[in-house]
Amino acid sequence: MSRTADIVSATEERLSAPLAVEEFEKGSSLWDDAWHRLKRNRLAMISLFLFIAIVLFCVVGPLLSPYDGEQQDLLKGAQGPSGEHWFGTDTLGRDLMVRTMEGGRISLLVGMVATFVALMIGVVYGATAGYLGGKVDAVMMRIVDTLYALPFTIFVILLMVAFGRSLWLIFVAIGAVEWLSMARIVRAGVIGLKKQEFVEAAVSLGYSHTRIILRHLIPNVLGPVIVIATLTVPAVMLLEAFLSFLGLGVQPPNASWGVLINEGQQNMEIFPWLLMFPAFFFALTLFSLNFLGDGLRDALDPKSAKD
Amino acid sequence: MLKFIAARFGQGLLVLLAIYALTFMLVALTPGSPFSTERAIRPEILAQIEAFYGYDKPPLERFWTSLTNALQGEFGPSAVYANRSVTDIILEAFPVSLTLGTISLLVALFIGIPAGILAAVKRNTWLDYLPMSASMVGICLPTFVLGPILVLVFGIIFQLLPVSGWFGPDYMVLPAATLGLFYAAYFARLTRGGMLEMLNQDFIRTARAKGVPESTIIWKHCLKGGLIPAITYLGPALAGIISGSFVVETIFQIPGLGQWFVKGALNRDDFLILGLTVLFAGLIVIMNLLVDIIQVALNPRLKYDR
Repeated sequence: MSRTADIVSATEERLSAPLAVEEFEKGSSLWDDAWHRLKRNRLAMISLFLFIAIVLFCVVGPLLSPYDGEQQDLLKGAQGPSGEHWFGTDTLGRDLMVRTMEGGRISLLVGMVATFVALMIGVVYGATAGYLGGKVDAVMMRIVDTLYALPFTIFVILLMVAFGRSLWLIFVAIGAVEWLSMARIVRAGVIGLKKQEFVEAAVSLGYSHTRIILRHLIPNVLGPVIVIATLTVPAVMLLEAFLSFLGLGVQPPNASWGVLINEGQQNMEIFPWLLMFPAFFFALTLFSLNFLGDGLRDALDPKSAKD
Repeated sequence: MLKFIAARFGQGLLVLLAIYALTFMLVALTPGSPFSTERAIRPEILAQIEAFYGYDKPPLERFWTSLTNALQGEFGPSAVYANRSVTDIILEAFPVSLTLGTISLLVALFIGIPAGILAAVKRNTWLDYLPMSASMVGICLPTFVLGPILVLVFGIIFQLLPVSGWFGPDYMVLPAATLGLFYAAYFARLTRGGMLEMLNQDFIRTARAKGVPESTIIWKHCLKGGLIPAITYLGPALAGIISGSFVVETIFQIPGLGQWFVKGALNRDDFLILGLTVLFAGLIVIMNLLVDIIQVALNPRLKYDR
């Protein structure tokens, strides 16, 4: 379900090709250049600010609001947006604005942590496969290909049913299925790098494989990894919201955007705002992260420059 | 080619077996049992129920029985819905899901691919920007957001289309749109990317220089290669449509497999979960096999070694 499929294969192809010499004759660092390029991309910058604004809204917002997300006021249940409750209230009289902010906290948290889990697995797996090469690589990538073909959502559902529905399990279960693209990108990058002189130098200095992978190879593939990570966050959030929507994800009293969207759609005929506000913020977040990911790719990986 | 297909087919069977074992293990590991209820049941009765479903035997033996039965197309009784076998449920609900899934996939392909081609050919004009912006919005509107919005607009505000049930063609419009549009957005982007890559190739420049008409270039020279990314995505798209059907069938109250799967998962209906997982996995494996074959047919450079 991730938007990354097309980007992965294109990036993979480019990375595994050996780097041209002029790559190393730059005056300013790669990161400075990337930042300059990103700043020129208006859409990506808007997305970046939008995303920061959403994060601030969700993290700081509840502290400033006079309401509490769990505080019910049945007499004021299901009121439309007003000066008192800007987003209205839900059927139990809880302030929807605070609920949306707190739901966002959980959705964003799942997005970040599960992406981090995926990042760890993917980077280690991909770097190992690419560095060792040969038969090990062939077998390891064959496994990835096979896993790509599996109906993962179903397994995440089964995992949630089997091991309870804690937030921790959501992190791990989602992280455990979203690492495949990461592994492929890192592997391709490592294959392209490992024939370079600096790796040869490290080998002849007698450094261990672990050290070469961790200190010399991985830092050099960080660019594409950051891009894929940015694009994995929305994919993860989508999966979490999907699970929560089905009642298999985040459980009450906690709520994520998926839970709120589910509650909203049950009552949308009479109280449409219950659906509209959480859905709007959810879509906006996915939107900004996807555009930011595209922008980062163009900035960090100029050879892929948008056609 | 035959050897390639046979190898892939064998691999698919192995994957299916692995999925069956894994699912069985997950289901067996789940604490509690499908027969526990809020009412206290006398232990003798519970023992009898468990014996009826074979739950008194050790897991390994149960696995073997269920596997041999499954190979004969018999997935056992539903543990929650008395007197109904999983095979019955599948036979009843599968046509519904198959119809919904096929229409959705067609919606995705027939909107997505032409939009992608158009955007690539008319690059950097409004015919490119408009569909691509629409597809970006589409990608950010997952089924469980788009579905309720469509219901709200077409079902409740304008009252044009029915919003729940499954009784005729007009009941299919909203669910198929919900499920298909998300993937249409995807296919549009993939097709545009693929076509642009082809249009930038040297041999296209040569063809243009030789005066080949633009329509021949697009339809004859570029289309075959340009469609490869979209075709590669067919497998994931099918998997996505299956999991999307869990949501769509819940929103629109459609009596298909997706709803049964969610019910089964929530009720801990072991046999139902197992049967449906294998069915879904089988569909995805078959789709991936087809995609592999089409890909090799379209792109001889791939050879058969992968």
